[in-house]
Amino acid sequence: MTDVVMPQMGESIVEGTLTKWLKKPGDRVERDEPLFEISTDKVDTEIPAPAAGTLSEVLVEEGKTIPINTVVARISEGDGAGAAKPAAKPAETAKSVAEPPKAAPAPQAASPAATAPEEAGEEPSGPLSPLVRRMARENNIDLSKVKGTGAGGRITKQDVEGHLAKAPAPAARQEQPPAPPQAPPPSTGGQAKVRIEAMSTMRSKIAEHMIASQRTSAHVTTVHKVDMTRVEKIRQKHKADFQARYGFGLTYLPFITRAAVEGLLSFPLLNASIEGSNIVYHNEINIGIAVALENGLIVPVIRNADEKNVVGLQRAIVDLAARARSRQLKPDEVQGGTFSITNFGSFGSVFATPVINQPQVAILGAGTVEKTPVVIDDAIAIRSICYLSTTFDHRLIDGALADQFTGKVKSALENWSDEVL
Amino acid sequence: MLKCEVRPLGRLDYGKAFELQQRIVEERKRGVVPDQLLLLEHPHTITLGRNGKMENLLASEPALRASGITFHATDRGGDITYHGPGQAVGYPILDLREWKRDVGAYVRAVEQVMLDTLLDFGISAERLPGCTGAWVGGAKIGAIGVHISRWVTSHGFALNVDTDLSYFGYIVPCGLIKPVTSMAQLGARVSVHEVNARLIRRFGQVFDREILQPALERAS
Repeated sequence: MTDVVMPQMGESIVEGTLTKWLKKPGDRVERDEPLFEISTDKVDTEIPAPAAGTLSEVLVEEGKTIPINTVVARISEGDGAGAAKPAAKPAETAKSVAEPPKAAPAPQAASPAATAPEEAGEEPSGPLSPLVRRMARENNIDLSKVKGTGAGGRITKQDVEGHLAKAPAPAARQEQPPAPPQAPPPSTGGQAKVRIEAMSTMRSKIAEHMIASQRTSAHVTTVHKVDMTRVEKIRQKHKADFQARYGFGLTYLPFITRAAVEGLLSFPLLNASIEGSNIVYHNEINIGIAVALENGLIVPVIRNADEKNVVGLQRAIVDLAARARSRQLKPDEVQGGTFSITNFGSFGSVFATPVINQPQVAILGAGTVEKTPVVIDDAIAIRSICYLSTTFDHRLIDGALADQFTGKVKSALENWSDEVL
Repeated sequence: MLKCEVRPLGRLDYGKAFELQQRIVEERKRGVVPDQLLLLEHPHTITLGRNGKMENLLASEPALRASGITFHATDRGGDITYHGPGQAVGYPILDLREWKRDVGAYVRAVEQVMLDTLLDFGISAERLPGCTGAWVGGAKIGAIGVHISRWVTSHGFALNVDTDLSYFGYIVPCGLIKPVTSMAQLGARVSVHEVNARLIRRFGQVFDREILQPALERAS
């Protein structure tokens, strides 16, 4: 007599629903022939018969959800003779032995002890004492693997102890399923000290990218103080006009982007990347603009930023940011950047040390623009001041070059001349 | 690295696709072909899984036929669902003995393929504990239904690209009273073809398979 058990279909799976019997009691079954179907979490699986014989008993009806390793049926060898046998005590069934079909890709039985040899499945020879049964159950022992030394090959308490001593004790079956990653801690009584939540895909991607960048580049940040008074005046002059004509305002960011383009045109090494031991100079200037999302960050790219004026840049920034926030960006709009700009100033930061967006070699960060007293020709004046940080990869760019670049950006902003935007 | 052959099948009738799957499953069991990923679209079809309840079908079969929808009862897991144009359907036929003998891990990995693909298009979808599939803001965007025989998988997943969502009105999708959505509804202007290209790549990454792109093949 072979017990047929509910197989364990995976680590986290502790139960399944028996959806369909493919054979009826009394039917002849061949070994490995589909016997029944189970369903676990959107997956239907055909379970093959562990042995040939006659399906003598069906213990679980269709539609029932049962724990793994529950005996669902018995197959008797021969032609239906087993059908007459009385049913085994139900209490025993859950821990009974499954015979795994040898070559068949059958579901693995749950406990290591349940992998019985081919001949298993029959009751071990001779009757078993309740003590031996209990010991086997408690220690999760497959009795078919224990050699009996008692009368007529009967398994005794000593045999079980001997087996336990010699075999590494099989781990007791887990009482609980492994916690699913999103499982919140039980909130029963008292106040939990923590709350555990799985990272969103975006969060884990950001985490991965940030660490990868820190590991890749030799990050150094240099900070320059920039007088934005001229830009501020132009901005104030055109703001209302912009809103009326284009439907969007005018911020500092397109000016900073335009100035960065000037810097990159003068110092193309900051628009490069490293491939092995080669320097890749990019002939296009594609500037990524970091956009803060509710729970993350995305860096859409303004392609050929050097071909755009302030209006074009502002339009691109407004469009990319809006679509980033409504998650409508296409994949190629977040790829192919050659340099990045991050505007932490919009959140009030004075200056920060941004992380390079790989495989780029530099990133420009803009602090908040604030009216500040400054000394000009030994007089105190009120100017709109902003700190610009350039984080650069010291593997490729030396401090002097980074400062020349940032100086160029600074001078483009301080001496803004285009009246035509 | 183990290999996985991709078969882009274009638009294929559900019944024909099912026969093709069964044929490939048999070949896979015999080990004469490597793992396969079938990518296709179905014409308007409603299918009922093994555990499906007919009460989740909200129209009679004649009414469906009149609307040009075919109906199939099938052997995949899950309840009732709709397939139709604008939906990227993937049927991975994998021998899980060569990956992980773990049905739960398999389903989570198929979800991951959909989540990664969606993120490629700027859509940050997530898992909903207890509700298999890919979800955005409580609405289902990707469905899963799988059949396994001797650790060889069939059926698979369906991702709404620019599916006409009104067809879901004929059913209670997977028996859940939750809304459905699509990439188009979330503003991603992409075609099933573009999505397939990303699905293939993400599938290769998640399952750690080298993707073999065959010459374009047509199911006969």
